[in-house]
Amino acid sequence: MSEQQELEQLVQRDYKYGFVTDIEQEIIPPGLNEDVVRLISAKKNEPEFLLEWRLKAFRHWQTMAEPQWAHVHYPPIDYQALSYYAAPKSKEEIDANRPKSLDDVDPKLLEMYEKLGIPLHERAALAGVAVDAVFDSVSVTTTFREKLAEVGVIFCSFSEAVHSHPELIQKYLGTVVPAGDNYYAALNSAVFSDGSFVFIPKGVRCPMELSTYFRINAMNTGQFERTLIVAEEGAHVSYLEGCTAPQRDENQLHAAVVELVTLDDATIKYSTVQNWYPGDEEGRGGIYNFVTKRGDARGHRSKITWTQVEAGSAITWKYPSCILRGDDSVGEFYSVAVSNHFQQVDSGTKMIHLGKRTRSTIVSKSISAGRSQNSYRGLVHIAKSADDARNYTQCDALLIGDRNGAHTFPYIEVKNASAQIEHEATTSKISDDQIFYLKSRGISEENATNMIVNGFCKDVFNELPMEFAVEAQALLAVSLEGSVG
Amino acid sequence: MKLLDIKNLHAKIGDKPILRGINLTVNAGEVHAIMGPNGSGKSTLCQVLGGREGYEITEGTIEFEGKNLLDLSTEERAVAGLLLGFQHPVEIPGVKNIYLLKEALNAQRAAQGLDDMDTFAFMKLIRELVKTMDMDDAFLHRGVNAGFSGGEKKRNEILQMLLLQPKLALLDETDSGLDIDALKVVSDGINRLRGADRGIVLVTHYQRLLSYVEPDFVHILYKGQIIKSGDKSLALQLEAEGYQDFLEAAS
Ligand SMILES: Nc1ncnc2c1ncn2[C@@H]1O[C@H](COP(=O)(O)OP(=O)(O)OP(=O)(O)O)[C@@H](O)[C@H]1O
Ligand SMILES: [Mg+2]
Repeated sequence: MSEQQELEQLVQRDYKYGFVTDIEQEIIPPGLNEDVVRLISAKKNEPEFLLEWRLKAFRHWQTMAEPQWAHVHYPPIDYQALSYYAAPKSKEEIDANRPKSLDDVDPKLLEMYEKLGIPLHERAALAGVAVDAVFDSVSVTTTFREKLAEVGVIFCSFSEAVHSHPELIQKYLGTVVPAGDNYYAALNSAVFSDGSFVFIPKGVRCPMELSTYFRINAMNTGQFERTLIVAEEGAHVSYLEGCTAPQRDENQLHAAVVELVTLDDATIKYSTVQNWYPGDEEGRGGIYNFVTKRGDARGHRSKITWTQVEAGSAITWKYPSCILRGDDSVGEFYSVAVSNHFQQVDSGTKMIHLGKRTRSTIVSKSISAGRSQNSYRGLVHIAKSADDARNYTQCDALLIGDRNGAHTFPYIEVKNASAQIEHEATTSKISDDQIFYLKSRGISEENATNMIVNGFCKDVFNELPMEFAVEAQALLAVSLEGSVG
Repeated sequence: MKLLDIKNLHAKIGDKPILRGINLTVNAGEVHAIMGPNGSGKSTLCQVLGGREGYEITEGTIEFEGKNLLDLSTEERAVAGLLLGFQHPVEIPGVKNIYLLKEALNAQRAAQGLDDMDTFAFMKLIRELVKTMDMDDAFLHRGVNAGFSGGEKKRNEILQMLLLQPKLALLDETDSGLDIDALKVVSDGINRLRGADRGIVLVTHYQRLLSYVEPDFVHILYKGQIIKSGDKSLALQLEAEGYQDFLEAAS
């Protein structure tokens, strides 16, 4: 076997999926019409304004066509064949179907959590063990809640927030990603199931990374997830979405929306690790991940940072963006997107500079293996009002094997001559020579590949919160490891 | 004691035979020089010894310390004490030199049942070696060979060799592309490794290196065979007369 083949084999990572439950659900019949939207809203006991908002979104969606411009291919989705509502199960029902303790959990799954470096107290919860049985995570959760409440941070499920803080929802919902923004966002707005709400009041620095709590409590949020994060003047929060532990979901289509708002001097750092089921080696199955994420740096000197590690999903269509509205506001996008087998990634960012002296940084690293397609698509827009705006963009592609494709589609629109824009792009390939060189120094092929891949991703990993960075590195390593000989 | 014992080695790439019956024995304590015209198979021999894929070994045996070398993977050969110094060291941007050095050393230690070297001890050791190679500490924090000049790459190879202290060092044209001062530094490095329990094989085109690192044996490789062996005077003779007479005698 040539070294190249071996290298390719090395990245033939078997997807080790999470848990699949086959609980009976109360599912309304497939199909989408106004009645379904009303039903969803009624089941959730939503206030009138929210129903109206959903209906408006739905009506708009009906007039729209699915976007075709991305560099991805898939058979047409029959939206009338999908189910848009499954009743949340009772706690008893859920617990009856869960493993009772870690002893009942597939040892392979636990082994993987260990390799990924997931803290002990989270493993049981991730494995689906009934939370009551997990003493550690309960206490962790309680401590979190208390700590957050002390400083006035609101962090709860979206549905919960609709009831506890309707005025905040009404004030901010859809102000960053309007209900009719794009096809998938409109669909999400009409039928979103649940998600998270975070509110950091004026002057508060959130005392912890919003991660562990989230991971344990927000699993299974469904296919139309909706997240809204608001940081008031001078507030500061770091939010972590997803988990390196692979997630399986019966729903093929995922259309999430995330909205971020920063007021004057506020900072939101939003980090994602996405590891949804990517489909098998032949490209069968896998999640279609069509996500709209956008931050509105509304206030002066505010800052929004998106960091993402995209490893899963059959198709990823995702452009976390920043609207730099406030003067001196800052937008950052750091991304690692790995694709293998038949995965297709079309991801990037939009930096819309409206305010004066706004600055943006884009660092995108794509790693393509197998027969995958990996595209970076980015827009830097400097509006007329944005005096002295600056952007720096760096797009690097790393190829493993020669049957995949890496593409770059940078769009630059400059309406103000004072703008400074820098763009750098590189494409490189892990060569047989590099692997042989490292092996000849006693380093195993697996480690050699990991060293090169991690070196390539370093600039992005550096932006992740520490523990997440370690996990993300492990994720790449585990992904590459699964398949050696 | 025999370190390396090559018998009747034949190897080809695709349908093209490159090595056509090599015999070579290197004992502990010896320094061998292999010379020969371009394209005669010197690098191929080194790569085959290093375990590079893509060569088919059609005949012959290679033993390293009495064990069948061909049974070992490249990384197993490395941790067993074989070091290949490349004619053209590849660039690996993104992987820090210091990280490679540390991983390589610890891989070797792991094979010997030792724990990873303590970071302080490692840093102290590597700083000393960097100094003896007349390199700047900054090289440690750059990507492996990334943007290094030809001579810097070769120094880096010797730096790795001094760190790993191989039982057998196979240095493929480590002297090519070096300026006069660098040649001295590299030669000093090689001489430092020289010792009663180690073997060194130098592939070179020039007598210059051999006047710094005096070989015990000199071999001429031509068309995949060793056509002549002798002591250090053979290299001097080659320098004076060229290959012609030897090649004619061989064919
Ligand atoms: N991949 C390959 N396919 C075909 N022929 C090859 C391949 N690699 C090497 N060769 C040939 O094998 C022969 C020996 O090459 P090798 O690099 O071992 O020579 P060398 O003695 O090291 O030469 P130099 O002194 O120039 O470094 C050459 O004729 C070369 O063209
Ligand atoms: Mg050569």
